[in-house]
Amino acid sequence: MEDSIVRETVVAAPVQRVWEVLTQAEYVGRWFGADKAEIDLRPGGSFVMTWAEHGVGLARVERVEEPTPSSPGLFSFRWAVEPGLEPKPGEETLVEFTLAEKGDGTLLRVVESGFSKLDRPAEKQEWHRERNVDGWRQVLEAVAGHFTG
Amino acid sequence: MTLVDPGPVFAALADPTRRSVLTRLAADGAASATALARELPVTRQAVVQHLAVLDAAGLTRAHRHGREVRHEVRPEALTGAARWMTTIARQWDDRLSAIAAIAEEPRADDARSE
Repeated sequence: MEDSIVRETVVAAPVQRVWEVLTQAEYVGRWFGADKAEIDLRPGGSFVMTWAEHGVGLARVERVEEPTPSSPGLFSFRWAVEPGLEPKPGEETLVEFTLAEKGDGTLLRVVESGFSKLDRPAEKQEWHRERNVDGWRQVLEAVAGHFTG
Repeated sequence: MTLVDPGPVFAALADPTRRSVLTRLAADGAASATALARELPVTRQAVVQHLAVLDAAGLTRAHRHGREVRHEVRPEALTGAARWMTTIARQWDDRLSAIAAIAEEPRADDARSE
């Protein structure tokens, strides 16, 4: 079984615009379904998402490579599995976005990896589970629907 | 419906010998550590250790059969991990859709001029 999840989509907008939506805090909160997002957009910078319901999700920016006419964009961060935790080995996954020009639009790809390295004591995994149950998904769908509907 | 914690499952499956053990148990049914060690290029002691990891991840279970301890596959954990992956994948699909929707919507200054 693969230790990563790869998803991609084609966006009918220029690479630069997708990069803005992907990396600017005002947009990140929206597509992540968070009430608030703060990003210090540089390697090692902190990335904080606040949910009224779940608490504060902490991530650390790994790579920031703005797209140029000759090179694709790359934005990655290490994401702690539970609110309030600092990302660190055993309690984080790596999320990596790449953006590349495709026709008039943008090929946007995300890879989340590192699931086999998760090593949380079972009794501390409540939110991690909750993050993956349908209730959480419904929140995201509601948010996604709000923007597409 | 419960979703298993995937960490131990993925960690267990990250090792090629454990994958071999699991594949062998899935294909030919329950077997003892001694029998598995005869078929695989590792010692019985190593097989016992690998089975302990597979057991802990919920992928196999041991039961006594006469004087032997046999190990068999529990497919539920694998199914659970697959379902968990599907759920995470759907969440990313939702987020990618949201990113696309925001990037594709008219800019604020465009909207004002309409």
